[in-house]
Amino acid sequence: MLKIENLQATVADKPILKGVSLDVPAGEVHAIMGPNGSGKSTLAYVLSGRPGYDVTGGSATFDGRDLLAMEPHERAAAGLFLGFQYPVEIPGVSYLQFLRESLNSQRRSRGEIELSAGDFIKLAREQAKLLEMDAEMLKRPVNVGFSGGEKKRAEMVQMGILQPKFALLDETDSGLDIDALRIVGEGINRIMRDAGKGVLLITHYERLLEHVRPDRVHVLQAGRITRSGDIELARELESTGYAEAAA
Amino acid sequence: MTTPFPTHKQEDWRYADLDALKPVWEQFADAVTVTVGAGESLEEVWLPSIDDVQLRRVRLALGDGAKARVFALNVAPVYGRIELEVSLGESAEFELFGANIGSGLSTNEIVTAVKHNGVGGRSRQVIRSVLNGKATGSYLGRVEVARGAQQTDAEQSVKAMLLDRGATANCKPELEIFADDVKCAHGATVGELDAMQLFYAESRGLDPVSARALLLEAFVMGLWDGVENAAQHGAICDEAKTALRRVV
Repeated sequence: MLKIENLQATVADKPILKGVSLDVPAGEVHAIMGPNGSGKSTLAYVLSGRPGYDVTGGSATFDGRDLLAMEPHERAAAGLFLGFQYPVEIPGVSYLQFLRESLNSQRRSRGEIELSAGDFIKLAREQAKLLEMDAEMLKRPVNVGFSGGEKKRAEMVQMGILQPKFALLDETDSGLDIDALRIVGEGINRIMRDAGKGVLLITHYERLLEHVRPDRVHVLQAGRITRSGDIELARELESTGYAEAAA
Repeated sequence: MTTPFPTHKQEDWRYADLDALKPVWEQFADAVTVTVGAGESLEEVWLPSIDDVQLRRVRLALGDGAKARVFALNVAPVYGRIELEVSLGESAEFELFGANIGSGLSTNEIVTAVKHNGVGGRSRQVIRSVLNGKATGSYLGRVEVARGAQQTDAEQSVKAMLLDRGATANCKPELEIFADDVKCAHGATVGELDAMQLFYAESRGLDPVSARALLLEAFVMGLWDGVENAAQHGAICDEAKTALRRVV
C-alpha cells in the first residue's frame, strides 16, 4: 500500500532523512518510534508534501502511484491523511465549513457526488459523538480556543469524516490524558482497522501502542530505520531507552 | 460652488488616484449629509457599483444616544474612495466595518474623521484590506476627542493582507485628544497568507486556489456578521466573495 524506498530529504538544505525504506501493506498498522530530531515528523511531512521539505533521493509510492509527484491536495484525494502533531488554528473558518469543503473537494476530484449540507452535518455529528467530542465544538473556528487534547481529538474526528485509506499520525498521542488516549486509540482502530487501509503511527510512547496494537514497530534514528520488530520492541524501548537499543 | 479639486499635498488625499478622479470630480465633490436624531439608530450597507471610479463622501451627524453602523465594501476596478466624517454627541455609538479588496493597478481607500464631541461616545472602526498585483489599499483614520468629551471609547483595528510583492497597504490611524479620561485603542498589521494554514487546508483536500480563497474569506467575511438586514447581508457577502475570487 505505502512503499518507501531509500527516501532521502532535506529541510533548509540540511539532510534529515538519509535513506528510509519501509513497506506498509494494506490491513496493517506500523509504528515509528525514535528520539527527538531523528526525522519522524520530517517523514510525515515529506509523505504529505509540505513545502520546504525537499526530496533528494529515493521513492515513495501509494497504491502503486508516485506519491512524491502529487500535490498535497491530490495526495489527500488519493486517500492519504496526515494527523498533525500541532494542529493548525484557522480563525474565521468554522470546523463544519472547513471539513465540508475539504470532503467535497476530495469527492469532486474522485468523480463522486458532493455531500449535501444536511448529510454532512449528520456525518460530522456521528463522528464527533464516537470520539466523545461535543458536536457544538464543530461550529467554532478550526482549532481556535481548543486545548491540546481537544485539538488531537478533533484530528481524529476529521479522520472519521474524511475516511482516508491511509493515515500518517504524527504524535497524535502527545498532550492526551489517559482517558483521551484510550478514546483516540479506539478511534484509530474503528476508523482505520480494515483490510483495505493502513496506518503509520509516529509516537514517543509505548502507551498508545497498547491500545492500537501495531503489526510492526520501527525505530528511526538519525534519518534511518535502525531496528524493526513487533510490539515487544516498543516495550523494550520503553524500559531501556533508545541509546541502549541502538547499541 | 463646488469644493476645489484636491492635491496630494493634502494629507487626506495623499494616496489618492487624482488622475482617475479628475474627470468625475464635479459629480462627487460635495459630501452627502446624514443625520441620526437623538436615540435613533441607523444601519448603512454600502455596496460597490461597476464603475471604474467610485467615490462616496458622507457626513454623518449622530445626536445624543444615537447609533450608527456602516458596512462598506470598497472594490473599485480603478479608484475607489470612501470618505466619512462622523460627529458623535453624548453617548452616541458609531461603528464602521470596511474592506478594501483590490487587484491589478487599482487604488482603494477608506478615509475617516471621527469627532467625539460629547461625554461617553463610542466608536469602533474595523478595516481589512486584501491586495494583489500592484494594487494599493489605504486606511487613513483620524479620531478627534473634543475638550470635555470624557469617557470616550474609540477603537481602530486595521489589517492588510498582501498577496503579491508589488501590492501596497497604507495604514494611518491618527489621534487628537483634548480630554484626559478617554480610551483610544489602535492597531495595524500588514501580512501575507500563513503558509502553515495553507498546507493544513491542502492536506485535507482543498486545492491551492480554494485553500487561499477560504483563508481570505476568513480574513474578511467576519466584518459583515453584524448586518441586521438579511437581504443586505446576503448582498455584501456575495459581492465580497466575488471580489475575493478575483484577487485570490
